[in-house]
Amino acid sequence: MKRNVILLVVTAAFPLLMDLTNQQFYIGFGTRVLIYAMAAASLNLVLGYGGMVSFGHAAFFGAGAYIVGILAVEGLRSAWITWPAAVATAAAAALVIGALSLRTRGVYFIMITLAFAQMMYYVFVSLKAYGGDDGLSMPGRSTLGFGLDLAHDLTWYYVVLALLAAVLYLLHRLVHSRFGRVIEAIRENETRAAAIGYPVYGYKLLCFVISGAIAGLAGALIANQASYVSPGILHWIQSGTLMIMVILGGVGRFWGGPIGAAVLLALEETLSGSDLLGPYALHWQLPVGAILLAIVLFAPQGIAGLAAKKRHA
Amino acid sequence: MSGILLLEQTLNGLQFGLMLFLLAAGLTLVFGIMDMINLAHGSLYMIGAYLMASLAQATGSFWVALPLALLATALVGAALEMSVLRRLYERDHMTQVLATFAIILIANEAVRLIWGSQPIMLNAPPGLTGPVELPGGMQYASYRLAIIAVGLAVAVLLYILVTKTRVGMLVRAGASNREMAVAMGVDIRRLFTVVFSIGAALCGLAGAMLGPILAVQVGMGENILILAFVVIVIGGIGSIRGAFVGSLLVGLVDTMGRAMLPIAFAKMFSPQVASNLGPSISSILIYVLMAAVLVFRPQGLFPARG
Repeated sequence: MKRNVILLVVTAAFPLLMDLTNQQFYIGFGTRVLIYAMAAASLNLVLGYGGMVSFGHAAFFGAGAYIVGILAVEGLRSAWITWPAAVATAAAAALVIGALSLRTRGVYFIMITLAFAQMMYYVFVSLKAYGGDDGLSMPGRSTLGFGLDLAHDLTWYYVVLALLAAVLYLLHRLVHSRFGRVIEAIRENETRAAAIGYPVYGYKLLCFVISGAIAGLAGALIANQASYVSPGILHWIQSGTLMIMVILGGVGRFWGGPIGAAVLLALEETLSGSDLLGPYALHWQLPVGAILLAIVLFAPQGIAGLAAKKRHA
Repeated sequence: MSGILLLEQTLNGLQFGLMLFLLAAGLTLVFGIMDMINLAHGSLYMIGAYLMASLAQATGSFWVALPLALLATALVGAALEMSVLRRLYERDHMTQVLATFAIILIANEAVRLIWGSQPIMLNAPPGLTGPVELPGGMQYASYRLAIIAVGLAVAVLLYILVTKTRVGMLVRAGASNREMAVAMGVDIRRLFTVVFSIGAALCGLAGAMLGPILAVQVGMGENILILAFVVIVIGGIGSIRGAFVGSLLVGLVDTMGRAMLPIAFAKMFSPQVASNLGPSISSILIYVLMAAVLVFRPQGLFPARG
């Protein structure tokens, strides 16, 4: 509990510090980290707690983003309508994709979720009415009312932070509830869970839908971040990136998603800036890849796992 | 719909399918025998194309460069297997995804460092640059016919390799029951390296042959990789025969869909609807195919494990 309060204080103080030291650029960076933390946390629910290796999470992330983008272009910008619409659409997509995909297991599940995400990707790439290949520019961020102007970066940061805190609180309650225990039991031994009498398929599907819905909310936020939605957000590389954040942070560990998102984005930011590598910063993906590979080979439990091991030692 | 167009699209689909087969064959063996998800398979395809482009320029001859490029790609594959991938066989699929994703990042940037960011050109060998006339009076690019011939030849060679040789027997044993193969004394470590190198050489061949048709550029491996995965899931993981049927199915469905669906939609809907609907439906066609196969035959068309 104490750690959570410290974390909240630090994340709340971060943009003020950046504002004071005139490094406003990092407020936007911080917001992106928070949004990806939410997306990665939602993936961790299916991946880590549910044991379902979904390789198509970008589908829900992207669906949320596109709904907000499309509604904004059509003139509807109220966050109170568009964000719930994003969540509902992503949840509906997760319901359909999950209902079909969960009939398969193992590698086939990985591949079929990937295939569904690629379908969505190509649908939006060829949707010329909404930008197609070029992506979709929104007239501006969503409107919230209450005198809060989301176009103001500092306000925007705090709105995102509040939403992330709420989502993480809900997820925490969820994974420690009876539902969470059952989901973990299914991950550990599906046959046994079914034999005890749990409707395994229903539990897995519900888990998949909740995860998709949260990813949809994160998508709604990422669309607002740059007031722009590109089909790249649905590409399989995006699904891979989210997966890597979770694995990097620690699969099935509560803070795995947020930690992984923060570390990966910070790595990218540091290595792609010219301070460290000079002219070679253009090739920042090379050191990022090398570091990821090193983590796989030498820290199999991810960063959260590494920290936990230290505590126990 | 004229017969000539139909024939041309069939040949295009065949050509695309056979090249997909070169990638899918290696991928399905690695997947089936080593139970390993290798996202970096597409990177080997890219590296093969780049090596081919460089070697063709250095030697001045397409046909001299081709075997050299295959050999070089096989060596890169063997080095990759022995240095990194070997450590991943015992790990779970998620870890393999992370590690091979990291290899994609490394490979892409390494290629950019060596060859630069601009796509490079690879010319078709002299003598195969123009069209030829097929029986029936149709004009068709001779180089594409050569690709079809190479693809079919490799398919036959692979069939012989897998069904008639000792290595092939070990490969089949490994794919259908790995533990049993180990218990029978098969040197799995060496077999894995050999299989991986063969897979890499096939990737290199696909990259080298497709180089003159497509642009040789960074990222070329990523989209075709997903198609190769679709192929092996449709065909059944670990099955070469499945990979062959799956490749042709995906190649033909994709090519025909792109050519025919817009024409068909133009007759059914208003031009505006058709221009939106045609490309999007045809590009998701193969994924619909895969989802349908998985719903009805969750193990693919030709499951390797009985």
